[in-house]
Amino acid sequence: MTGLTDVAMENESSSLQGGHGPRSSLQQWFRDDASEPVRRNLGLVAVLLVLYAIGAWSRPDIFLHAERLWTNELTVLTLASSVGVIAIGMTFVIISAGIDLSVGALLALASVWCSTVATQQYGVGVMVVTALLVGAIAGLVNGVLIAYGRMAPFIVTLAMMVAARGLAQKISGKTTQVVKVEDITNIAQNTLLGIPWLVLIFAAVAALAWVLLNRTTFGRRTAAIGGNREAARLAGISVRRTEVLIYVLSGLCCGIAAVMVTAQANAGSSDHGNLYELQAIAAAIIGGTVFTGGRGTIVGSVLGVLVFTSITNLFIVNNLAIEYQLIAQGVIIVAAVLIQQFRVGTLRRRKSSP
Amino acid sequence: MTAADEQPVVLRLSGIVKTFPGVRALDGVQLEVRAGEVHCLLGQNGAGKSTLIKVLAGVHRPDAGSMLWQGEEVTFATPQAATKAGISTIYQELDLVDDLTVAENVFLGHEQSTGGFVRRKQMRREAQVVLDRLGHGDLPVARVMGRLPAAAKQVVSMARALSHEARLIVMDEPSALLAHDEVANLFRVVRELTSRGIAVVYISHRLDEIREIGDRVTVLKDGRTSAVNLPARTTSTKDLVNRMTGRTIEYVFPDRTKPVSSDVAPLLEVTGLSRHGEFDDVSFTVRPGEIVGIAGLGGSGRSELLETIYGARASDAGQVRLDGTILPSGRIGFAVRCGLGLAPEERKSQALLLDDCVYRNVTLATFSRYASRGLTHASDEREAALRMSEVLALHPRGVMRPVKTLSGGNQQKVVLGRWLLDPSESDDADDADDAVASSRRRHAASGTRLLLLDEPTRGVDVGARADLYRVIRGLADDGLGVLMVSSEVPEVLGLADRVLVMREGRLLHEAAAQDLDEATVLDLVMAGSLLEGDQL
Repeated sequence: MTGLTDVAMENESSSLQGGHGPRSSLQQWFRDDASEPVRRNLGLVAVLLVLYAIGAWSRPDIFLHAERLWTNELTVLTLASSVGVIAIGMTFVIISAGIDLSVGALLALASVWCSTVATQQYGVGVMVVTALLVGAIAGLVNGVLIAYGRMAPFIVTLAMMVAARGLAQKISGKTTQVVKVEDITNIAQNTLLGIPWLVLIFAAVAALAWVLLNRTTFGRRTAAIGGNREAARLAGISVRRTEVLIYVLSGLCCGIAAVMVTAQANAGSSDHGNLYELQAIAAAIIGGTVFTGGRGTIVGSVLGVLVFTSITNLFIVNNLAIEYQLIAQGVIIVAAVLIQQFRVGTLRRRKSSP
Repeated sequence: MTAADEQPVVLRLSGIVKTFPGVRALDGVQLEVRAGEVHCLLGQNGAGKSTLIKVLAGVHRPDAGSMLWQGEEVTFATPQAATKAGISTIYQELDLVDDLTVAENVFLGHEQSTGGFVRRKQMRREAQVVLDRLGHGDLPVARVMGRLPAAAKQVVSMARALSHEARLIVMDEPSALLAHDEVANLFRVVRELTSRGIAVVYISHRLDEIREIGDRVTVLKDGRTSAVNLPARTTSTKDLVNRMTGRTIEYVFPDRTKPVSSDVAPLLEVTGLSRHGEFDDVSFTVRPGEIVGIAGLGGSGRSELLETIYGARASDAGQVRLDGTILPSGRIGFAVRCGLGLAPEERKSQALLLDDCVYRNVTLATFSRYASRGLTHASDEREAALRMSEVLALHPRGVMRPVKTLSGGNQQKVVLGRWLLDPSESDDADDADDAVASSRRRHAASGTRLLLLDEPTRGVDVGARADLYRVIRGLADDGLGVLMVSSEVPEVLGLADRVLVMREGRLLHEAAAQDLDEATVLDLVMAGSLLEGDQL
C-alpha cells in the first residue's frame, strides 16, 4: 500500500482546486460548482435587500429611520426565532431525504407538558428539561418507526402530527396554561447588549447546527444518506442509527422552540405551533435545501426564515390583510423552487456542451 | 423447421454501423430474419447485441447501412415508429406498470377509448382474445400486474406486442429471470407466435435453449457479424464458441509479477456459503496478493455472492472468514472495519454521491477515521484524496469538482480510491497534543486488505480499462487480496491469477488462469457441457 500512497507528496502544493486553475477572477468563482450554495445564499440576501427597498418605499418613516428600523428588525428576528429553530432541525431531516410533518404538533405537546401546574412547581430548570425531553423522545419514536419500522417519513410524522396534537389537547384540557414562573417569561423579555435572548438562542442553535452539519461525522452521514442511501450503506455507514438521530435532533429543536414560544406567550397551549411544519419546510426549501435530499445549508435556511418573516412584517407595517400575506408566501415558495430548477438546468446544459 | 427456409425474408439488415463517442459499437452488421422463424443472436458482452436490438427498436438510428423491412427501406425515428411498423421489443427489464391490471398493461400507450373515455370492457375483452391466442386465456385480465409471477409478466409483454399487430418480436434474454419449468412455457408461447408467421429475434446466453427453440443463429463479435444464418440445431458448440471468442480488441493486461505461493495462509475463506435462490454451497479461498476472478453470466449469483461476503446481504448458511476472523452475516460495518472493501456493480446508484465532490466520495467510507471526537478533518481528507488521485492518475486532477462530471473510468477510480486510503498515516505533526485520539485513530484504521470488485470495467472505455487493470494489479502486488467478478471472459482470464467459474448459483470449476482458455471458460459459463459430457 505504501508504494501507492508515497507518490505525489511533494506535489501537495498543486492546489486542491486543481483542474479549475487558480481562482483569480470573480467570474471563475461564479462558474465554480463548489460555490453554488454561497451564490444561492447571496441571492437570498439580494431578496432581503429588495424587501427592504419595498419597505423603504412604502414606509419610509420606519425603514429610513435608524432607531425605528433597528426596533423593527429586532421584531422581525424575534418573530423568526422559534420557527427558525424548527427550520434548522427540518433542514437536517430534508437533507437526509426525509420529511418531518410533526414539528408544529411536537412544539405544542412540549409546550403543554412543560407548563402543567405539576411541572411548574419545580421551577424553570425542570420545565426546560421537560420540554427538550418531550421533543427528543417524540423524535426518537419518529426515527425508530422510520428507520427500523421501514415506514415512509411522511406517513410516520403525519401520524405523529395528529397524535401529538391530540395528546397536547388531552393534557391541557384545551385550556391555556398560564406560566407563573417568572424565569420563563424572562427568556422572552431579557436582552443582552440590546438583543433579545430569543434571537440569541436562534443564533446559537444556528451556529451549533452549522458546525454539526459541516464539521462533524454526523453531518457527513446525514448528507451521504440523502445523497445516495445505498452508496452510504455499502460504504459501511450505519444508515438507520443516523436516521434515528436526525429525527431526535428535529424533535429536540421542537423542544427548544416550545420553550421560546411558551415564554413569548407566557403560557403553554395545545394551539401553539400551528402550521409551523409548513413554514419550516418552506424556509428550508427557499433556502436551497433540495427536497430529494443530499444538499442544503444552514445559512440558507436561516435566510429563508428571514425572507418569510420579512414579508409578514412588510404586510403588518403596511396594515395589509393577512390573506395577501399568505398569497405572497405561496408565490415566494414557487418562485424559489423555479429559480433553483432553472439554475440546475443551466448548469447541466453548460456541462453537456464541451 | 425446414419450412421456415421457404418463408419470405421480413427483415434484412446490411452494413449497419453505429458509433458512440470513443466506441464503434456496430461495424457493418448483417441480419436476415424470415417470417415464422426464431432467429437467435449470440455474442459475448460488448459484442453489440444490445445496440443492435436498439437499432431494431428505433431507439438508436444507425450511422450507415440499410434496413429492409418487409421489402421496404426504412429508418425508425422513434420507438413508436418501430412499433407502428410491426416490430416490438421485449427488454429484460419488462416495461410493465405493476399497479395497473393485465388488460391495462396490454394496451398501455394505445388505450382503447372513445372521446377520451377509456373503454374498459372492450379492452378487457380484447386483451382476453390476445391472451387466448397465446394459449394463456387463463390469465386474469382484471388482476393487478404486481401480483403475477415473472413468467406471467412476460406473457403479458408478448400480448402487448401482439396487440400492436407485431410481425417481428425481439426478445432480450427472456429466460434470464425464469425458473426452469417456466422456460418450457415460454417456448410454447414462442412456438405459438411463430406458427402464426411472426418472426422472433431471440437473444440468450444459454446454448441449450438456442438449440431447443432456435432455427438459425447469427453470431456477433466486436460489433461485426462473425457468422450468419447457422443452423441452430446442428452447429457444434465448439464452432459457435469459436466464432464468439478471439475478440480483436486489444486488452492490455499487466504482467503477473510473482506467482502467489500456495503455502501462504488464505486471507479470505468462504465455506459452504448459501443464499436461497441465489447461490448454493460456495467454498473458495483468496490469498493475499492474489487476484481471484469469478466468471459468470448475470443471474449466475456472482454479484449476490460478492454482496453476501461483504455483509450487504444476509447468508442462509455457511461462513466467511477474513484472516481467521469470522465475519457475521449481514454486517457491513464490521466487514469494513476488518478490512473488506466493495466496488459495487452499479457505480452510479450503489457507490457514488453524484452531486457531491470527489474528495467527499473518496473518503465516504473513512471520514470518521480521519475525524477526532466527531469533528471531521476536511483538510486531511482533501489531502489524502488528492494524493490518491495522483496515485490513481485521476483525470482531470482536482478533488473539489462534482463526481458526476467525471468519466466512467475515473468514477471507478474514485470508488477504488475509497478503499485504498490509509487514514492512520496522515497528519502526525499537528496533533501531537492529541495523542489519545491519534492512537485510537491509528488503531481503528487497519486499512483495506481484501477488495471485492463487481464488474470493475463496466461502462469504462477501452483506453481507461488498461489503466484500471494496472491499478488493480498494483494493489495485488502490494499484498491486497482481490476478488473480482466479470461477465467478460477475456478480462477474467487476463487479469486474474485464479479463475472460478460460476453458473446457476454453483461454482463449477476452479483453475489457474494460465491453464484456461477463453473458449473453455465460455463453454462452462454458457452450457456447462464440459462437465456434463454433452458434446455436440
